[in-house]
Amino acid sequence: MNQISLKHLKIGALLVAFTMILSIPALAGKKDDTLYFSWKKELETLDRYYNTAREGMVVSRQICDDLLYRDPDTNEYKPLLAKSYKWLDTTSMEFELRQGIKFHNGEKFDADDVVYTLNFMSNPDNKVLVQRNVNWIEKAEKLGPYRVKLYLKKPFPSALEYLAGNLPIYPNEYYAEVGTKGFGLKPVGTGPYKVVEHEIGRKIVFEKNEDYFKESPKGRPAIQRLVQRTIPEITTMSAELITGGLDWIYMVPMDQAEQMAKRKNLKVVKAESMRVGWLVMDAAARTGENPFQKLKVRQAVAHAIDRVSISRNLVGGQSRVIHSHCFPSQFGCTDDVKKYEFDPARAKSLLAEAGYPDGFEIDLHGYRNRPYGEAMISYLRDVGIKANLKYLKYSALREKVYGNKVSFNFTTWGSYGVNDISNITGRFYNFTDVDFARDEEVRDLLAQGDTTIDLSQRRTVYKKALQKIAEKAYVLPLFTWVANYAYTKDLDFKAYPDAVPRFFLAKWK
Amino acid sequence: MLIYIGKRIIMAFLVAVAVSFISFMILNLSGDPAIALAGADASPEEIEFIRETYGLDRPILVQYIEWVSRALQGNFGESPYFNMPVKDLVGDRISVTLILGVCAFAFAVCLAIPLGVIAAIRPNTWIDRTALTISVFGQALPNFFFGLIMIIVFGVMLQWLPISGDDTWQHFIMPAVALGYYASPSLMRLTRTGMLEVLSSDYIRTAKAKGLKSGRVLFKHALRNAIIPVVSLGFVQFGYMLGGAFIIEYVFAVNGIGFLAIQSIQRADLPVVQVIVLLLSIIYVSMTLLGDIINAFLDPRIRAN
Repeated sequence: MNQISLKHLKIGALLVAFTMILSIPALAGKKDDTLYFSWKKELETLDRYYNTAREGMVVSRQICDDLLYRDPDTNEYKPLLAKSYKWLDTTSMEFELRQGIKFHNGEKFDADDVVYTLNFMSNPDNKVLVQRNVNWIEKAEKLGPYRVKLYLKKPFPSALEYLAGNLPIYPNEYYAEVGTKGFGLKPVGTGPYKVVEHEIGRKIVFEKNEDYFKESPKGRPAIQRLVQRTIPEITTMSAELITGGLDWIYMVPMDQAEQMAKRKNLKVVKAESMRVGWLVMDAAARTGENPFQKLKVRQAVAHAIDRVSISRNLVGGQSRVIHSHCFPSQFGCTDDVKKYEFDPARAKSLLAEAGYPDGFEIDLHGYRNRPYGEAMISYLRDVGIKANLKYLKYSALREKVYGNKVSFNFTTWGSYGVNDISNITGRFYNFTDVDFARDEEVRDLLAQGDTTIDLSQRRTVYKKALQKIAEKAYVLPLFTWVANYAYTKDLDFKAYPDAVPRFFLAKWK
Repeated sequence: MLIYIGKRIIMAFLVAVAVSFISFMILNLSGDPAIALAGADASPEEIEFIRETYGLDRPILVQYIEWVSRALQGNFGESPYFNMPVKDLVGDRISVTLILGVCAFAFAVCLAIPLGVIAAIRPNTWIDRTALTISVFGQALPNFFFGLIMIIVFGVMLQWLPISGDDTWQHFIMPAVALGYYASPSLMRLTRTGMLEVLSSDYIRTAKAKGLKSGRVLFKHALRNAIIPVVSLGFVQFGYMLGGAFIIEYVFAVNGIGFLAIQSIQRADLPVVQVIVLLLSIIYVSMTLLGDIINAFLDPRIRAN
């Protein structure tokens, strides 16, 4: 008996020793003042001008500053690297810059950096990937050591939005020396965090910029270190969050977010994002003769779908129904338009009036969020529209849309997080391949709004355009999307609709 | 023997060329890299700009011929996504995959051969059936699923092992087990079958009759003969394992070429995928060749033929 006990004891001791060797202490974010976070994407470069990903924007906002800053709570534009700014006329602006600011490498910030960055990036020869961020800039000119004049190619009122988040200012001497390759590996900015370690596509370590200027509207960062890791599989990422290997993750699928919300140590936020969805109906007959040419058919579709129910039950979180073709916080967006409530009886009578008492059969195309599409075809079938759901890869669907082969399309748009209506309506009503309304009045009104500097005049023309779009039911705006965030309860974090986490505003509780 | 090896090397080369051609064509048909690079919300002008910038607007055959001529000079092109030479990208990560492959292979061998031998010594007993059950589970469970189960048990519940990454040796335990377990059933069954056959042969009976110790009979005389087909299969399995590492690396965020390949496929970073496919096909063919050569050394009959 004693022998057996001794044997068991030995085995037990061995197991304990093995467990101790293998046990990995959970990384305590709050304890070591380090926020561990993760995303799925391997970020190819940390040079914001040469990546197109949201994650690139996230990194850029932590390490670099722009001339302006949009307060995410009030949406007000505040000077950041600029001390003040003013419109000189519809195509030029003047900036007075802050003094005494240094880049992370010690280089002094002045007008040369602004002029160099804006001129270099807006030069087509330098092949910045997202051209829309820079192609409106004619040139930047130095007026003094801390004064810069910016010339626009044409009146472009949403310039402020681009200057407040999409045009980070780089140190001219360093960038000229290392180029985009070197900068992509070791970026240098004036921002609240600096990059101290970077394994391309795999890991980024940020450290608090202790010298960050206190007048910055971004505020001084509270958390000492940020560590980003790339984990492609969401289940693995969730497991890391649950066990304390990570402190923060986002873009969590709904089912996993719901599971995580049950955990005591985690907080889950289903925050509204700037992505909105809508149904495109071929009013302009680009695909040939089709039922959507008739206004009453389009209105019937609008009355047939219970958007409130889909938004509440399938999208969940902070999602809400939209009646205008824009995200509610975007400049120029208004809800003061014709609204189509869920009313299947009205939808049926409208169909009958349009000459379709027994409904009709049609293909509804889509590329994402299939369950929403399935719910919609179910509602449409209830009023007699036999919609067949055709899901394609985005690139394949895009070709069909451009080839005039899609008369009924469930699509979405995230506006690149730009809080100005021109980034959505400017694209879908200008008689290009994605415009299925082809309404000259709408096109002209929107073009006027896109090139007018006077804010109230802009609002007026956008409102007129949106009212006509709703009146004619060219599209059926659906609802806003949500982005699910999950993070440790120790963290004080706020999510914003552009889905760009601002870690410089986060702090430990 | 030399002629045999020479022929196999030429075959391996032809297979690699065929793989490179087929994969190049299929990859180019599978999606437009310009769209992937530009992002889902890019405008047609932006996509066209990227297409021209990276030379993706030229005919596929022209692109392939260019790629081959550069590859023959050791230049595998640049990843349009990372803007880095593919050689450097793959070179940085291949060692991680090889470490994982070797660990997984070692685990598979350590599990499969003893189990196979024990099952053969005690056929149709509970030991044999247990070994069979382990084997059936190994083959029935997809390795990514087994990996996720391990994450839940050893990572989340017990918190014994790190869940993702490749910073320490502990990070390799779960991925290697998940990968190796999937490969072990076939090795185990072949060992068992081989051992059963050998153990019932005359020379083993003679060896036993001569009074040799059972351990010596088992390991020196029986296992040495039974292991010959297992060696060959083992090398093939190693090649398979590197392919299987794609999903395992993805699940455990192990930064090897499998992880790189999946991410590259998703963003249509074709030059990277092309090189990884080619590299894996070369490794696979080489492993098979090596298995045959080692077999020839172990078995004089193969040498004689």
